[in-house]
Amino acid sequence: MSIFKKIMTAIRGGASEAGEAIIDANATRIFEQEIRDAENHLTKAKRDLTGVMAEQMAAQREVTRLEKEITEHEGYVAQALEKGDETLALAVAEKISTLESDLTAQQQAHDSFAGNAERLKELVKKSERQVSEHKRQLSMVKTTESVQKATSAITDNFSSSNSKLLSAKDSLERIKAKQQKFDDKMKAAEVLESEDSDTSLAAQLKAAGIGSQNSSANSVLDRIKAKQK
Amino acid sequence: MNIHTIADHLNGLGDNSETGMNFDCQPISGEVDVLQITILGREELPIFVSVTDDQVLCISYLWGVDEVKPDSIPAMHESMLEMNIPMPLSSFSKIGDKYVVFGALSIGSSFNDIEHELAVLSNNAVEVIDDMSDYLL
Repeated sequence: MSIFKKIMTAIRGGASEAGEAIIDANATRIFEQEIRDAENHLTKAKRDLTGVMAEQMAAQREVTRLEKEITEHEGYVAQALEKGDETLALAVAEKISTLESDLTAQQQAHDSFAGNAERLKELVKKSERQVSEHKRQLSMVKTTESVQKATSAITDNFSSSNSKLLSAKDSLERIKAKQQKFDDKMKAAEVLESEDSDTSLAAQLKAAGIGSQNSSANSVLDRIKAKQK
Repeated sequence: MNIHTIADHLNGLGDNSETGMNFDCQPISGEVDVLQITILGREELPIFVSVTDDQVLCISYLWGVDEVKPDSIPAMHESMLEMNIPMPLSSFSKIGDKYVVFGALSIGSSFNDIEHELAVLSNNAVEVIDDMSDYLL
């Protein structure tokens, strides 16, 4: 059964009750142990791979060396033949034949190392994918459990603090009301600020003798005198 | 990264948070440590944060099954599924008989990432309740 199905079955089956585990702690521990084992195997496979690849490289070097030597000796044979020394040419040719059988052996070794390396690389890749898949599954189980435990902690906290959970709509109303109040305050502050700047402007105008002036005793007297006339 | 370092960071921000929100953190003890985060002005919709081996989970409770108009449940589910991708950073889920929005972050996230996540989650929660209120009693 896939881990998704296991979790779904457990939740539907009522394991969502506080305290009840999705997969019992023992199973989780076994799973964790399996992941650790797989990781150990992976480390070993990687070490093996390094060894095989080193041998493959050594074989490749040997092959190159033998090929070079064969070419060299073929040159010697030609030179011996040019000089008419058939016996020497034959001796060198024998040496070449030994070298060639060495080359075949080295080439075979190299191919077999290369094949092994390829297989090991595949295995490492596959194991790495498997380990990460196992880790993902374990993380799902652990997260589900953690959420359940967290939920029960939250629920306990709410019931112990006696705070009644509001309905979503009521909560929204309250939050909106608070936001409105905040916005109103901001607006009021703006209005106040602009009023402040109005009065300061009026003061500046007055100081400059522009606009309405405070009635002074002299101006009052002037006004009354004017009426008496 | 654990709930205490997150709490220290958020409480230390005060009014100087990047998001302009004022966070208050209260650890809740239990089998799993949970951090209750309230945002100034939105005390009714706290966010609960828990940290697992590889994730930081931020959850906000929306409403209970009992708050949904009985005939509207399938339509509401459909709307929630349709909203799931457009809604930034958060997803819907259901824990027991409660619908939630949540965001999951990698354990390697920075404090700034977490603060951003919380702000977006809170905005999403308020907006979702507003948008879905037709389905609610």
